Amino acid sequence: MSVIEIKNVTKVFGPYTKEVEELLHKNKSKNEILSETGSTVAVKSANLTIEKSEVFVVMGLSGSGKSTLIRLINRLIDPTSGDLMIKGKNVSKLSTAELREFRRKNFSMVFQSFALFPFKSVLDNTAFGLEVRNMPKKERLKKAEHALKLVGLDGYKNQKPNQLSGGMQQRVGLARALANDTDILLMDEAFSALDPLIRKEMQNELIQLQQKMQKTIVFITHDLDEALSIGDRIALMKDGEIAQVGTPEEIVTNPENDYVKAFVKDIDRSKVLKVKHVMRPANSQENTDANPVIASEDLLYKSYDSFKNGIRELTVKDGGKVVGIVEFDKVFEVLAVGNEVEEDAR
Amino acid sequence: MLDNIPRLPLSEWTTEFVRWITSAFSFIFDPINNYLGTLMNWIITGLEFIPPVLFIIIIMALSAIFMKKKVLSPILIGIGLLFIYNQGLWENLIDTMTLVIISGLISIVIGVPLGILMSRSNTFEMLMKPILDLMQTMPAFVYLIPAVAFFGIGMVPGVFASVIFASPPTIRLTNLGIRQISEELIEASDSFGTTPMQKLLKVQLPLARPSIMAGINQTIMLALSMVVIASMIGAPGLGTEVLSSLQRAQVGPGFVAGLGIVILAIIIDRFTQTSNSNK
Ligand SMILES: Nc1ncnc2c1ncn2[C@@H]1O[C@H](COP(=O)(O)OP(=O)(O)O)[C@@H](O)[C@H]1O
Ligand SMILES: [Mg+2]
Repeated sequence: MSVIEIKNVTKVFGPYTKEVEELLHKNKSKNEILSETGSTVAVKSANLTIEKSEVFVVMGLSGSGKSTLIRLINRLIDPTSGDLMIKGKNVSKLSTAELREFRRKNFSMVFQSFALFPFKSVLDNTAFGLEVRNMPKKERLKKAEHALKLVGLDGYKNQKPNQLSGGMQQRVGLARALANDTDILLMDEAFSALDPLIRKEMQNELIQLQQKMQKTIVFITHDLDEALSIGDRIALMKDGEIAQVGTPEEIVTNPENDYVKAFVKDIDRSKVLKVKHVMRPANSQENTDANPVIASEDLLYKSYDSFKNGIRELTVKDGGKVVGIVEFDKVFEVLAVGNEVEEDAR
Repeated sequence: MLDNIPRLPLSEWTTEFVRWITSAFSFIFDPINNYLGTLMNWIITGLEFIPPVLFIIIIMALSAIFMKKKVLSPILIGIGLLFIYNQGLWENLIDTMTLVIISGLISIVIGVPLGILMSRSNTFEMLMKPILDLMQTMPAFVYLIPAVAFFGIGMVPGVFASVIFASPPTIRLTNLGIRQISEELIEASDSFGTTPMQKLLKVQLPLARPSIMAGINQTIMLALSMVVIASMIGAPGLGTEVLSSLQRAQVGPGFVAGLGIVILAIIIDRFTQTSNSNK
């Protein structure tokens, strides 16, 4: 059973008139509908299925409808039409009280500009979700402290948010979400406001945490590198529509339409694809001991060195365990195919 | 040509309206007048019972606690209060203080909830804005007239007029403070499943606090200015001295009483402002 299913969901800002409905029916684009009616189609007939424990990235340019989409999932924004299933239950129509309960039980959200409460200490901020659920003080502070430890901030619990750097503030935002202990984590451009180095660090940390936590994460970003580095699967959005859904490898090596093609054409695949994206499972009879070893989270270019001296196969390990084999031919194919320099164009 | 249009009898209507309210709601006004009047008399008697020296020391101590790290303020406040005592205005001071505190409290108790309601409903906000403008731009003296009609003369009508004149800033700034909270913080609150009451108490009011406190500060200062004017309808206090000096054209006593009001204003301002800045 999928954790999140978005079925034909549309969100229109502004009047939803008969005219808008008809234009949508005729599959007119967001811009056409805007200029003809003045209403903004933020999300248009979106269909997505998000599985348990995957990191699902929604990526697209500013204004493409990412924030609206993620808010449709926890119903901060009500859909204009379509259905939303969470863990198999249709939640498109809930009463106000049911909606609250539904949010408390299922979701924690992390925001772009952190959205911490300036008058609360780091610890109390972290405990907010539990406080809302009326958990006794001692218990919730204990959980909050544990969450702060997870993000490496237990020494700062008595500070106010504005005494921390941006990166640390977002760790608090993450801790607040983790303390809540829900199995779905919604992150709207959570790292976009951070400096590039801090950002990379946070991405790596999220990946590491996720290996332990196994939550279902919906992560919004406008940055392709970020999408490729943390996503198990990626949905590309354009003008409210979902242009393609696929694994990082599929998106990069097999763009389905011109928009996605344009998006990925200039990237250096060896620096965004990871070993795990191109490896194949090892079968039990194979002797993997002789091969050089590479980590599954390593970027592909890291394999170049090991492929020297005619070696054709590397053993992929994740945390000491063999998880697959990566072959030279496959690496070559992934990096080269569809990426050839066109003679005429040069 | 314009003279052919008969005069709109607005003043007659207003008179009739106030007369009607006075008689129709006397069952509300009379008990308010009795109970509030009695309560305030008790407070005043109680405060006058405290020896002035002790009173001054208490105020100085309170200011020292409130205004941390500042030594000068308590000393200046002490000197100011001593001056008022020295000029024989102590009882007037107590009267005025009581009136201001009661008017201020009532304004806050009415103003904050109204501000909250305004922040929740655009219609209510649209309705309230012109009323608030009217309340604030109407010359303060005008409120004395219905106040007398409802409550006769004395302290209670003074409080009534002050509340009307002084509550708009609290209402406005409560509304504004809540509306100014960033969308993301409200979303954060909603995303964790807060009830409307939890959101109000745990998120909106704390975030709007600086704005609300600024409103309360203004309200209390306005209440003070109105309490002085209310001496015209028999509200006792420092204003009475100013008024009688005015009637007898005595510059000296008028100046001294005026100075007393200024000192009280500064003290009240200090108190309401520091409770604003310390988080
Ligand atoms: N509250 C709103 N009212 C009207 N239009 C909105 C509102 N929120 C978003 N939009 C519009 O919907 C579209 C998608 O916005 P958004 O989901 O915020 O995009 P993204 O997060 O990808 O930048 C944009 O065209 C934006 O202008
Ligand atoms: Mg956005």
